[in-house]
Amino acid sequence: MLEIAISVLIIIGAAFTFIGSLGLARLGDFYTRLHGPTKATTLGVGALLIASVIHFSTTGQGVSLHEVLVTIFLFITAPVSAHLLAKTALHLRVGSLAPTPPRAEAAAAAKAQRDD
Amino acid sequence: MLSIALIIAFTLVCAALILSLWRLLVGPDHPDRILALDTLYVNTIALLVLLGILLGSALYFEAALLIAMMGFVGTVALCKYLLRGDIIE
Amino acid sequence: MLHRLLPHPLLTVTLALTWLLLVNSLTPGQALIGLILGWAIPVFTRRFWPERVRIARPWWLVFFLIKVLWDILVANVAVAVLIVGGQRFARPAFVAVPLELRTELAIGILANTISLTPGTVSAWLSPDRKLLMVHGLRVNDPDALVQEIKTRYERPLVDIFEPPC
Repeated sequence: MLEIAISVLIIIGAAFTFIGSLGLARLGDFYTRLHGPTKATTLGVGALLIASVIHFSTTGQGVSLHEVLVTIFLFITAPVSAHLLAKTALHLRVGSLAPTPPRAEAAAAAKAQRDD
Repeated sequence: MLSIALIIAFTLVCAALILSLWRLLVGPDHPDRILALDTLYVNTIALLVLLGILLGSALYFEAALLIAMMGFVGTVALCKYLLRGDIIE
Repeated sequence: MLHRLLPHPLLTVTLALTWLLLVNSLTPGQALIGLILGWAIPVFTRRFWPERVRIARPWWLVFFLIKVLWDILVANVAVAVLIVGGQRFARPAFVAVPLELRTELAIGILANTISLTPGTVSAWLSPDRKLLMVHGLRVNDPDALVQEIKTRYERPLVDIFEPPC
C-alpha cells in the first residue's frame, strides 16, 4: 500500500519535472518560458522529496525529515530567482510576445538600479 | 512496483535534463541561458533524490541540499551581474 | 534588555528547527545546540535585520499557507495543461498590481505567492514599493486578474501583517 503511494508520488513528481522542462523548451518567449520551471519543476521535485520522506521513514531507522528542508528551500528560492530573472529580462529588454510595460517604467527601473 | 516507477521516473527526469540542456545551448538571450541552468540544477536535485531512493542511501540529500544552495546563489549572482555589471556592491 | 538579548524570537525558533531538520535527529543535545545557534546567529548578525518581524495574527498565516499550498497544486495542473497544449492557448500579458502592503516581508511573501500560483510570475517591483508588475501566462481579462490577486492574496496578508488598529 505504502509502496503504491510512493510509486505514484514518484511518477507524479517526475512527470511535473519533465513538464517544467518541456515548457522551457517549447514555449515562445522568455517570459512564458519562465512559468514552466518556476511552478511545475518546483512542485515535481517537492513531490519526489515527499516520496523520499515516506520511503526512508518506513524502511530506515525512524522518521527521516531532512528532505523537508530541501523542499522548503526550493519553495522559497524558486520564486525569488524567477523574479530576479524576469527583472533582468525587463532590464535587458528581452523580446516578448506580450506588450512589455511602458518604457517610462523601464527607464524608472534602470534609474533606480543606478541610484541604489 | 517501486522499481518500475523508478525506471519511468529516471527516464522522465533525464529527458527533462536533455530539454533544459537544449535550451541552454540554443539560448537565444542571456536570461534564457540562466533560466536553463537554474532548471538544470533543480532537475539534478530530482535525479539525486531518485538515486537516493534507488540505492537506499540518505547521503545523497546532503549533496542535493548543497546543489540547491549553490544553484540559487549562482542564479542570483548571474542575474546581479547582468543587472548591474557587478556582483559585489 | 530582552530586546538586546533576543532581538528576533521568530528567527531563533526557525533556526533551531532548521538545525534539527539538518542533523535529522531530536535528541536533547542537538536541540540545545540548535537553540544556542538560534540565539547566537541573530545576535551576531543584528545589523542585517533592521526591522523586527511582527505577525499580528499567526493562526491566519497558517490558514493562508494551507490555502496557498492548495492553490499551488491547482495552478500546477493548469500550467501543465497549458504547456502540453502549447502556444495556442497561451495569452501572455503584463499587468500592474497597485500595492496596499507596506512591510517588506509582506510584499516579499506576496511576490513569492504570486510566482507560485495560477500562471503568474511577479516580474518587477517599483522602487517606491507601490506597484508590482506581474506576468500572466493566460490573461483573458487583466482587471479581473488584478482584482483576484488583491482579494485572494493581498487582503489576507494585510490582515496578518498590518491589521488596522
